[in-house]
Amino acid sequence: MKKTTLIFIAACAVLMLAAPQFLKNYGIYLLTYWLIFIIATMGLNLTVGYAGQKSLGHAAFFGIGAYTVAILMKAGLSFWLGLSAAALICFVVGIILGFPALRVQTIYLAFATLGFNTAVWLVMRNEEWLTGGTFGINNIARPSLLGLSLDGNLAYYYFTLAVTLLMVALLWGLLRSPWGKAFTALRDNPIRAESLGVDIQRYTLLSFAIGAVYAGVAGALFASLVQFIEPAPFTVGASIMMYLMVVVGGPGYFLGPVLGAAVGVVLPEWLRFAQAWYLFVFGSAVVLLMIWLPDGLLSIPDRIKAKKQARIESAARSASAQAATKNGASA
Amino acid sequence: MNHPHHHDRSAGQPVLKVSNLKKSYGAIQAVGGVSFSVMPGEIFGVIGPNGSGKTTLFNSMLGQITPDTGKIELNGEDVTQCGPLELNRRGVGRTFQTLQVFGKMSVRDNLIVAAQEHAGSMFSRMFAPTDSGLGAKADALIDQFHIRHVAHKKAGELSYGQQKLVDIAMAFMSEPDLVLLDEPCAGVNPSLVGGISTLLKQLNQNPKIGKHSSFVVIEHNMDFVMDLCHRIMVMVEGQVMAIGTPDEIRSNKQVLDAYLGS
Amino acid sequence: MTDFLQLFFSGLATGAIYGLAALGFTLLWQASGTINFAQGEFVMLPAFMMLGFMSAGAPLLVSFACSVFLAVFVLGWLFKRGLVDPLFKFGMMPIVVATIGLSIALRNGVRAGYSAEASPFPSLFADQLYHVAGVTLTLADVGTFALALALVLATQAFMTKTVTGRAMQAVAQNTESAAVLGINVPRMIFYAFAINAVLAVAAALLVTPTYLAKFDMGESLGNKAFFAAIIGGFNNSRGALLGGLIVGVCENLAAAYISPAYKDAVALVIFMVVILFKPQGLLGKKEERKV
Repeated sequence: MKKTTLIFIAACAVLMLAAPQFLKNYGIYLLTYWLIFIIATMGLNLTVGYAGQKSLGHAAFFGIGAYTVAILMKAGLSFWLGLSAAALICFVVGIILGFPALRVQTIYLAFATLGFNTAVWLVMRNEEWLTGGTFGINNIARPSLLGLSLDGNLAYYYFTLAVTLLMVALLWGLLRSPWGKAFTALRDNPIRAESLGVDIQRYTLLSFAIGAVYAGVAGALFASLVQFIEPAPFTVGASIMMYLMVVVGGPGYFLGPVLGAAVGVVLPEWLRFAQAWYLFVFGSAVVLLMIWLPDGLLSIPDRIKAKKQARIESAARSASAQAATKNGASA
Repeated sequence: MNHPHHHDRSAGQPVLKVSNLKKSYGAIQAVGGVSFSVMPGEIFGVIGPNGSGKTTLFNSMLGQITPDTGKIELNGEDVTQCGPLELNRRGVGRTFQTLQVFGKMSVRDNLIVAAQEHAGSMFSRMFAPTDSGLGAKADALIDQFHIRHVAHKKAGELSYGQQKLVDIAMAFMSEPDLVLLDEPCAGVNPSLVGGISTLLKQLNQNPKIGKHSSFVVIEHNMDFVMDLCHRIMVMVEGQVMAIGTPDEIRSNKQVLDAYLGS
Repeated sequence: MTDFLQLFFSGLATGAIYGLAALGFTLLWQASGTINFAQGEFVMLPAFMMLGFMSAGAPLLVSFACSVFLAVFVLGWLFKRGLVDPLFKFGMMPIVVATIGLSIALRNGVRAGYSAEASPFPSLFADQLYHVAGVTLTLADVGTFALALALVLATQAFMTKTVTGRAMQAVAQNTESAAVLGINVPRMIFYAFAINAVLAVAAALLVTPTYLAKFDMGESLGNKAFFAAIIGGFNNSRGALLGGLIVGVCENLAAAYISPAYKDAVALVIFMVVILFKPQGLLGKKEERKV
C-alpha cells in the first residue's frame, strides 16, 4: 500500500476513535450504523467490484445474519454463537447462490439474485413460528465481552469499530494474496483466466460466499444495534441501495464501500436540512455523480492521473511535431 | 487441486498426438479425420485457407469443444474430454487471436497471474505473498520480451503490438509442455512480425525460464510460418493435405495448386 | 364461477397496463442494454404532466397529447442524451445506479414540489356497466384492456412490419452490423426511448383514474412491470404483455381467494418460480454463455 494511503487510514482511525467525544447519542448510533454498512458493502464490493459478478440480493444475507442472531439469542444462546452461526450459514448459502452464476449470463444472474432475495424476504415475512413474521423479534440484547457490558451506545460503537477493522484487515489480506489477482482476472476476462489455470468456477462461488459472510456479520451486529428485527430492512429495495453504495463509492476500489456507505447512510441524514427536498437532492446527486464519475468516487485520483498523462503525451507529441517542421523547414 | 507435470518423457514420444479427429456441425463436417503428432521441442505450423477447419481443430485441442470422434493425447495421456482449465493444469498454454490481456492489471501482474494458480492449492494461496514467488520469473520474461520499460503500466495502456507480446509471454509463464498460438501475427504491424518470430525461436531453443516447449502455430503469414516452423501441416476442407518440412510443403504440387498459388 | 370470471377480466385490464410498462422496459433493454429502474416513475410523471395541463384548462385528451410530446422530449430524448449516452460505454453498473437515483429524485421531487397527497384523475371512460353471461364488467375494464392491447399490438406491428421497426430490431440484435448496413443507430435507439415514453403516458392515462395520482404510484407499478417483463421473457416483446397479464390476473385472484395482504407478493412468487425453472422467461429464448 502506498504511504499516502497508510497515512490516510491512520488519520481516519484517529478520527473514528475520537469522534464520539464530539457527538451526542444519536450521532454515535449513526456512526455505528455506518460501520455496519461498511462491512456489508465491502462484501458486496468483493462479489461485484472485484470478481465482476452480478448480485442484487445482498440484503438477504444481511437479514439472514440478523435473524440468526435474533433467533438464537431468543433461544437463550450467546451473541457470539449467533455471530459465528450467522457467518457459517451465510457462507453456505452464498456458495449455493453462486451456482446459478456458473450457468447464467449477467442480466439473468441479476434476476436470479433478486429472486433469491425475494424468497428469503418472503420466508422472513411469513414464517411466524421462526421469525415472528411481520411482528419481528424484539428485545435483542447487546452482548458482553469478557465481562464488559456492551450495552451503551458508546461501548457498542467501539466494539463495532473493532470488528470493522478486523474484517477490513482480513479482506485486505485476502485481496493482497494471489486471490486478489485471481478475482480480477475472473472479472476482466474469465475465458483468458480459465486458459491460464484460474479455476473460475471455484472463485465465482467463493466470491459470493465470502461476500455473503461479510453481510452476515454486519447483520449480526445490526441485530444487537437496533435490538428489534423485522423484515423491512432486508427487501430487494435494500439490496438495490447496497448496490448503489458500492457503485457510487467505486467498485473494485478497496475503500469504495467506506465512501459509498457514507453516501447511502450518512448523507441522507446530513441532507435533512433540505427538509422535504432532501431525498430529491439525494437522488439527483446520485444521478449527477454517476454521469460525472461512472467509476465511482474513488476513481477521482485515477482520472486526475490519466488527464495528467494525456497532457504530457500530447505536449510531447506537439513538441516533436514542432521539431519535425523546424527540421523540415531548415532542410 | 494441483496437477504436477508428471509424465514419461521417454525419447521419441510425441508431446501431442491427434488421432482421427472429427467434428461436424450439422451437415457440415468442419474437421474430417485429422491425425498428426508433435514431437518435444518442435514448432509445428498449421496452415490452410479459411474454412479449412483449423479453428475447429484448435478449439478441440484447447478443450473449448468436444470432438465427435478421435483422440487427443498429451504426453501419452488421453485429454480428449478435458476442458481448458484441466488442459492448462496438464501443461498446455495458449495465446488468443484477439487480444486477451487483463487491461486493468499491470503487465507484471498479468504475467504473475498467468502462472500463480500452478503453485500450491487454493487454500495455501490465501497465505502466499502477493507475487506468489513468481517475481523473478516474470522479470526474466519481461526482459526477454524487451518490455521492461512498460512493465509497471496497466496492460490496457500499451500499444497493440506490446499487448500482443504480453499475451504471448503470459502463455509461457507456467512453463507449459505445449503452447498453442492462434494467429500470433494477426493485426500486428509488419515491422514487428520479424521480432515475434525471433522471440518465438528464442523461447523454443533458449528459454529463459523452464524447458523447451513445443509449439503449434496457426498463421496466415506464409513467410512467418515458413521461417519459423520445423514442420507444417496443410489443411484443406477439414482434411490433412500434407505434412512436411517447409521445403517439402513449398515444393508440394497439390499444396501449391490448392493454396499457395502460382 | 362468475366471481372468478369477474376477477379474471378486471385482472386482464390491470395486467394489460403492466404489460404496457413492461413492454417499454423490454424495448429499452433490447435497444440499449439499459435497465431502467425508474420505469415506474416514468409512468407517474406523465400522470402529473396531464394534471398540470388540465389545471391549465385543457381537456383530458388534449392534455394527453401534450403530455405525449413532453414525455417524448423529457423521458425519451433528455433521458437518453443526458443519462444513457454518457454512461453507455461504462457497462451496466453506472446506468443502473443512475436510474435508481433518478427514480428517487423523481418520486421525491413530485412529493416535495407538488403534493404528498393523492390527487383524483378523470377517467377516459364513462361509468358504465355491462352484464355479459352473469358477469359484470365495467366499461373502464373493457376499454383499458382493449386500448392497452391495441397499443401493444400496434407497437409489435411497427417493430416487425415497418422499415424503421425492423431497423430498430437490427440495432437491438447486432449494433455493429446495423451500423455497417447504414442504419442510423443513435436514431433507432432514440425511437425505442420515444416509444417507451409514449407507452408510459398511455399507461398513466389508463391506470391513474383507479389508483389516483400520487408521488409513489410508480413504485409498485415499476416493480410489477419489472417482474412482468422477466416473467414473460426479457428478450421478447410479446413476453412483456403475457407477463403483465399473468401478473394482473393472478394478483386479483390471490387478493380475493387467499388474502389482500398477499396481492403484492404474487408477482414476487411467480417471478421466483419462473426464475428457478425458466430463467429466460416464459417466452424468452435461452441466451448461450458466449465462449
